[in-house]
Amino acid sequence: MATTDKEVSELVKREYEHGFVTDIESDTFEPGLNEEIIARLSGIKNEPEWMLEWRLKAYRRWLEMDEPDWAHVGYPKIDYNSISYYSAPKRPEDMPQSLDEVDPELLRTYEKLGIPLHEREKLAGVAVDAVFDSVSVATTFKEPLAKAGVIFCSMSEAIQDYPELVKKYLGTVVPAGDNFFAGLNSAVFSDGTFVYIPKGVRCPMELSTYFRINAANTGQFERTLIIAEDSSYVSYLEGCTAPMRDENQLHAAVVELVALDDAQIKYSTVQNWYPGDENGKGGIFNFVTKRGAAIGKNSKISWTQVETGSAVTWKYPSCVLRGDNSVGEFYSVALTNNYQQADTGTKMIHLGKNTSSTIISKGISAGHSSNAYRGLVKFGPGSEGARNYTQCDSLLIGNRSAAHTFPYIESKNKSAIVEHEATTSKVSDEQMFLCRQRGIDPEQAVSMIVNGFCKEVFKELPMEFAVEAGKLLEVSLEGSVG
Amino acid sequence: MLSIKNLHASVGGEEILKGINLEIKAGEVHAIMGPNGSGKSTLSQVLAGSETFEVTEGEITLNGENLLELATEERAREGVFLAFQYPVEIPGVSNMQFLRTAVNAMRLHRGEPEMNAAEFMKHAKEVSKQVDLDPAFLKRGVNEGFSGGEKKRNEILQALLLQPKLAILDETDSGLDIDALHVVSDGVNALRAEDRAILMVTHYQRLLNHIVPDYVHVLAGGRIVKSGGRELAHELEERGYGWLGVKDEEATASSAS
Repeated sequence: MATTDKEVSELVKREYEHGFVTDIESDTFEPGLNEEIIARLSGIKNEPEWMLEWRLKAYRRWLEMDEPDWAHVGYPKIDYNSISYYSAPKRPEDMPQSLDEVDPELLRTYEKLGIPLHEREKLAGVAVDAVFDSVSVATTFKEPLAKAGVIFCSMSEAIQDYPELVKKYLGTVVPAGDNFFAGLNSAVFSDGTFVYIPKGVRCPMELSTYFRINAANTGQFERTLIIAEDSSYVSYLEGCTAPMRDENQLHAAVVELVALDDAQIKYSTVQNWYPGDENGKGGIFNFVTKRGAAIGKNSKISWTQVETGSAVTWKYPSCVLRGDNSVGEFYSVALTNNYQQADTGTKMIHLGKNTSSTIISKGISAGHSSNAYRGLVKFGPGSEGARNYTQCDSLLIGNRSAAHTFPYIESKNKSAIVEHEATTSKVSDEQMFLCRQRGIDPEQAVSMIVNGFCKEVFKELPMEFAVEAGKLLEVSLEGSVG
Repeated sequence: MLSIKNLHASVGGEEILKGINLEIKAGEVHAIMGPNGSGKSTLSQVLAGSETFEVTEGEITLNGENLLELATEERAREGVFLAFQYPVEIPGVSNMQFLRTAVNAMRLHRGEPEMNAAEFMKHAKEVSKQVDLDPAFLKRGVNEGFSGGEKKRNEILQALLLQPKLAILDETDSGLDIDALHVVSDGVNALRAEDRAILMVTHYQRLLNHIVPDYVHVLAGGRIVKSGGRELAHELEERGYGWLGVKDEEATASSAS
C-alpha cells in the first residue's frame, strides 16, 4: 500500500500540457458586472434590441438568485464583480474571411492544442468552430455544410443571420431562471455555437468546436444551441483547454439541444480545462448547464463526456424525454486527480410514453480528489411504459481519494421500470503487481487499467476522439499509479 | 544463473523467510516443496519483487546482477517471470492488449522494434494453440471470467510469449483437472531450455510426474531443510514431511491424491 501511494504521488506530478498563454493583443472589458456592461457587450456585437432585452431580463432575474450550495464541492466565494465579461483577440476592422486571414499566432495556438485546422479540414472531415476566449474565430467547412442546408456558425452570427430561429428556441430548454449559473450565462454569454439541421438531413460530417480560455481574469460564458428538425441526425463534439494560471477562472456555459420527431443528436465532450496545480492552486471552475429536449416522438439525445480537467466541475447533462418513445443516453467518464473536485451526473426526465434512458457513469478518483456522481431519474404521470437503466462505477486510485454516488429516483407512474447498479473498486496492488511483473511501466499499467474501466464509454465516442480520450486519460493520470 | 544467499524476508514485522540459500544453473529445473505456510509463495513473490514483503537480509543475483536493486518491472525485463498462483482479473483490458504491451515492453528493453497488432496477433494465436487455448479468448478481458484452468494456461501462454531466463511457477498445478494438468505440463516442458532456469513451487508431488525436476528442495519454517534429486519427491509422497521433523497433516493426507 505504501508503495502504491508513493507511485500515485509520483504519477500525479505531471504538468498540464496545454498551459501556455498566447501572446496576442486583445480587447478586454474592465472587471465588473452591471446593466451598462451588458449593454456594451450587446452593443459591441451589434445585437438587435430584443437580444439586449433578453439579456437584461436574465440579469435582473439572476440578481435575485442564490448560488447553489448543494453540490459535494467546496470553493472560495466568487466575486462576480472581479471578472471581466468580455475579451476578444484584437483584429483588423473586418472579421477574417478565411483561415488565411486568421492571426497566425492564433493558428499556432490551435496547432499546439493538436488541432491544426488545415489538417482537420483535409484529413478528418471534421468541421471545426474554434472559440477563443469570447468570440468565435474561424469556422471551417461552412460551404459543404451549407449545401446540405446545415447551419453551423457562431452564436453571434446566428443572432444576426437567423434571428427567428434563435428567438424561437433560445432559452426554451434552459430558461434564464433555471439556475444561478444559467442565469448568469443568459445575461453575459459572449459567443458559442449554433447548429441547425433541416428536416430529413443527416449532417454530412462530425461537427466540432474547440474552446479555449486565454486572457487572465476573464470568464468564459459560451452558449450553444443545436436544433435537429424532423428525421435529421447530427453528431457534435466539443473540446476544451485553458492556460495555467494561479487564479481560478470561471466557465459557465449553457448548451441547449432540441430534437424533433425522429431526430437524433449525439453530443460528445472532451473537457480538459486546466485543473489547478498539484497543491490545488488555480484551475477552472466549470459550472455548466447542458440539457437536451427530446420533444419529438422517437427522438434521441445522447450525451457522451470525458471530463479530466477543471478544478471544480458542476455539470449534469440532462435529457427531457417529452416525445413518446424518445430515448436519452448519458455516457460519462470523469477523472479527478490531485485536489480536483467533480460533482457530475445527469437527469433523465421521462414525460412521454415508452421513453427510455440509459446512464453509464465511470468515475475515477486519484490523489486527494473527490468525485461524485449525482443523478436524477424522474417519471412523470404520463410516462407509461418508461424505463431507465443506470450503471454507476467508481474506481479509486491510492488511499486519499474519494468517490460518492447520489442517485435520486422520483416516480409518478407505477409502470415505470428502473434498474440501478453501482460498484466501487480500487486499482489493486495485485493488478499492479501482475502488470509490472510482465515488464509494464507502472504508469502505463494504471493507464491501461483505467482505460479498461472506461471502455464502455469510450466506444460511444466518435472513432478519432476515442483515441484522443484514451491519451488524455493517460496524460491526466501520469503520477497516479494505484 | 540464480543465486540466493541467506535471504530473509518479512511482512508486517513477521519474518517469513529465515535464511534461504539456493543456486540454480541455466538449463536446470528445481522444485520447491513444503507444507502450507512454509514460505513457498513468499519466496516466489520476493524473487519477482513484490513490495508486500520486505527483504531484511541476504542477496539475490541473476547472472551476477543484484535483483534486489531492481524494481518489479525491471526484474521482469531482465528475464524474471512469475506464473501466479491466483492470476488477478483486469476488467475491460483485452488479453491481447495486455500481452502485446508486455511483449513490447520487453522488446523495447532489448532494443528490438515493437510488434504491431497484426504481427502480434499472428504470433499469439500460434502460441495459444500450444496451451490449447481458443484464440478467441485473446479478445476477452485479462483473466475476466476465465475458469481456474484457463487462468493457469494463460499464465503459461505468457511465459511462452515472454521467453524468460528464469521462470518461477507458483502452484501452477493447483485447481487443475487431469487434462488441464497435461496441457500445462506440456507447456512448461516446452519452456525447458539450455539457457533457462525453472523454479517450480508446489505442494503436491503429482506435478513432478509430468515435469521431472533435476533437484527437489523441502522448504519448512522459512528455511530449506532438505535438498536432493528427483527421488526426494517420491520419498515425500510415500513418507510425508513428518520424517523431516516438519508438521503438515494436510500434505501427508493429500499427497496420495
